[in-house]
Amino acid sequence: MNSSVIIFPGSNCDRDMDVALKKFGFKNKMVWHDDDKLPQSDLIVLPGGFSYGDYLRCGSIAGKSKIIQSVIDFANSGGLVLGICNGFQILTETGLLKGVLQQNKNIEFICKNIFVKVNNSENKFFENIDKDVLELHIAHNEGNYFCSEDELKSLEDNNQIAAFYCSSDGKVDDKSNPNGAIKNIAGIFNEKKNILGMMPHPERMIDQSLSGEDGSIFFENLLKNLK
Amino acid sequence: MEVNEKIAVDHGLKPDEYKKICDLLKRVPNLTELGIFSAMWNEHCSYKSSRLHLKKLNTKGKKVIQGPGENAGVIDIGDDDAIVFKIESHNHPSFIEPYQGAATGVGGIMRDVFTMGARPIANLNSIHFGSTQHKKTKNLLRGVVKGIGGYGNCIGVPTIAGQTCFDQSYNGNILVNAMTLGLVNKNKIFYSKAAGINKPVIYVGSKTGRDGIHGASMASAIFDDKIEEKKPTVQVGDPFTEKLLLEACLELMSDKSIIAIQDMGAAGLTSSSIEMASKGNLGIELHLDKVPCREEKMTPYEIMLSESQERMLIVLESGKEDSAKKIFDKWNLDFAVIGKTTNSKNIELYFEKEKVANVPIKFLANEAPMYDRPWKKTKLPQKIKFSNNDFKKLKFNDVIKKMISHPNICSKQWIWEQYDHTVMGDTIQKPGGDAGVVRVHGTKKAVASSVDSSASYCHAHPFTGGKQVVCEAWRNLVSVGAEPIAITNCLNFGNPEKKENMGEFVECIDGINEASKYLNFPVVSGNVSFYNETKDKGIKPTPTIGGVGLLKDYKNLMTMKFKSRGNLVLVIGKTEGNLDQSIFANVILDEKKGPPPEINLFNEKNNGETILKIIKEKLALSVHDVSLGGIMIGALKMCIAGSKGIKFYKFKNLTNIYQYFFSEDQGRYIIEVEKNNLKKVESILKKNSVHFDLLGETTDKEIIINDELTFTVDKVTEFYKGWLYKYMS
Repeated sequence: MNSSVIIFPGSNCDRDMDVALKKFGFKNKMVWHDDDKLPQSDLIVLPGGFSYGDYLRCGSIAGKSKIIQSVIDFANSGGLVLGICNGFQILTETGLLKGVLQQNKNIEFICKNIFVKVNNSENKFFENIDKDVLELHIAHNEGNYFCSEDELKSLEDNNQIAAFYCSSDGKVDDKSNPNGAIKNIAGIFNEKKNILGMMPHPERMIDQSLSGEDGSIFFENLLKNLK
Repeated sequence: MEVNEKIAVDHGLKPDEYKKICDLLKRVPNLTELGIFSAMWNEHCSYKSSRLHLKKLNTKGKKVIQGPGENAGVIDIGDDDAIVFKIESHNHPSFIEPYQGAATGVGGIMRDVFTMGARPIANLNSIHFGSTQHKKTKNLLRGVVKGIGGYGNCIGVPTIAGQTCFDQSYNGNILVNAMTLGLVNKNKIFYSKAAGINKPVIYVGSKTGRDGIHGASMASAIFDDKIEEKKPTVQVGDPFTEKLLLEACLELMSDKSIIAIQDMGAAGLTSSSIEMASKGNLGIELHLDKVPCREEKMTPYEIMLSESQERMLIVLESGKEDSAKKIFDKWNLDFAVIGKTTNSKNIELYFEKEKVANVPIKFLANEAPMYDRPWKKTKLPQKIKFSNNDFKKLKFNDVIKKMISHPNICSKQWIWEQYDHTVMGDTIQKPGGDAGVVRVHGTKKAVASSVDSSASYCHAHPFTGGKQVVCEAWRNLVSVGAEPIAITNCLNFGNPEKKENMGEFVECIDGINEASKYLNFPVVSGNVSFYNETKDKGIKPTPTIGGVGLLKDYKNLMTMKFKSRGNLVLVIGKTEGNLDQSIFANVILDEKKGPPPEINLFNEKNNGETILKIIKEKLALSVHDVSLGGIMIGALKMCIAGSKGIKFYKFKNLTNIYQYFFSEDQGRYIIEVEKNNLKKVESILKKNSVHFDLLGETTDKEIIINDELTFTVDKVTEFYKGWLYKYMS
């Protein structure tokens, strides 16, 4: 399977994503933001970081960069797009995903392990996954997902909520919401569910020496679903 | 403006220093030249009070590739890999403007490291604040933490360890010391020594503004009531530009076009250009109209003294300008040829076709003043005689609670959760352990690093304190299973013109030196920060030591987490029961006098090496060094980390339980060992003549002393983790 990771000026999880994708068997290429064409890919990843310094608003300038039109075209033709952290913020800025990511409720950057309950039906990202509660890692200042009531209703009606922050045993409650996100939303899909944006970083959890290994489950399953 | 003595004094120069300048030049300098002299001759850049004593430091070792004198020190970690590292202070600016002061401190130290061709792989910091009761402390803490995080998180370098201390001596002068480690191929290290004549001098990075003018002079003065007015001397950081600068510089460094490179840190363009030329014994000619400026009508004086951040100066091979410019264009950074190297041995500045300064470089560098300031020796204080009455009123459980939730002992999770400590995907020991550990990307190796200070010990007896901090750094590295290699020091002191403060400095250095030599733990880089004084009140002497060590196989990482119930817990090293200068004496008995715990370097080295052997033989399940709060706090931290309890055995031969559990005797570790491995561990310890006590055994959750349950681990965890969150909410 071929994947591409886009590098924006200020991206800083691009290498980590490259390492993770390759570890689980993707043939990954790095793509510069100023290019206008994407290499042939089965998966496009917008990595975490601080694209363009997150000036103006997180992800907003990256959402207007040269490569983005190709990403939008790729997504609209059904291609699989994954945005992690800043990548998720960029996807909301392009309009490919609904809603916005506001500053964390405690107005502080948060870096820690959290649990998410993932939606494993009707999508290539989580279908057939071994566990539906994953321990992942967050590291963000603006991860507090918000959308209008109508948007929330359509996300819910259409099964578009991809991941909820939850307790280690899968309970979705206030206590396990790290950043104040509406309905504990950690990630969402577009309507066709070929685009996933989520705040947690699976690429930081791919080895038992790191914060944990549940990221491996995510990548292994994704590759299996794509084959 | 005509320069005179008064203007020179306003620039922070002493009248006799001004006279020396006029004598050297055989004329009165113009304002730009005076500005340059004041920047180069201030304490921060010239080390005029400290140079004489820094020379004594032990800086050599088999693994040292580069000692002090460059942008950072470099050590060999095998297979052509080298670690570049340094610690630096940003104390004065952080007190005036905590967010920007701390942020630019982090930015500055990272530039020092990537200037040498290394990719930063870890950040650490040591921060000291005033009393938790002081009205400024909360805001300063919040601002500093946000600043450190704001910069490091954006660049994408993990902050893997740190140290936070509260003491009223920092009420008017907080300390912010930032440390960075970078990884480089040892054959591709870049230095700041210029070579060759007529080589283009290139300016890259951000544009120059009026921020930070006289920052280095501000950092070389004591504070008074008008300190708030100094805000414009604090630089403003832009981590995004630094990230671009990092990537662009590393890209340029992949070919052979750079002769010398130097970041524009303290005293900006002035010190960077003069240092490069001085090291190469060359002259340098700069055309200041060509410097990219962000503000209009900047004068040569302002351009030379600005401390705008995220800028570098490069001496390039002739003919490489175009290919180099392409890289900086790609990263959207300014790139300007602003001058060339010359054989004049002078710094010559031109602006609007006029020569605006012409000064021999040796006057600025070699002729900078060096003082042998008078200093006073500190006597070893008398030991305190504690009587049984002192302990009678105490309730053991209350003492435990008070100690574990004390600001200088409690968990700093509130702080490090705001730092990205996992980016780059190689952090295998997060903050909260004895040392932070990152893997050397793509290899089996890992690098451990910690940062420590012990101001109370240094205050009580600077010589012992200096030794102790080095030993503490050594122990922290040993505890994670790393072989200690070298250190960097950040020497934070009061006013060197006072003989008490100068004495503290001299004796701390002597102590650092003695331990560093004995442990073969050389100093490879560092920085001095004097004048940490407000209205006649100086800080406690605070040398901060950053240690670096190597794990040859990251899978052998040792942690302090108790692993499972029913294992034996041993204290390695002898417990004498000295309470003087301990947190217990200070907080529980309100006794602040007495000598710090003695350092026995033989035991220190022997115990540390024996622990490493036990770890290597895979006989230890967990290891933690005994430091603040003694055995009790050490053991409780291991309980908390592993979510296990401990049953302490009844002990013999001790006057009282408090002395045993809370003394801060040095050179000790606590280790967890499987019962059936005890004999093997005992035999290693005996063979090496290392004293040990059987302390107890691990339990599921209960912490049991004298057969009585004191607390569960969950309760103790609450005390330990809760305090700082409550304080900051």
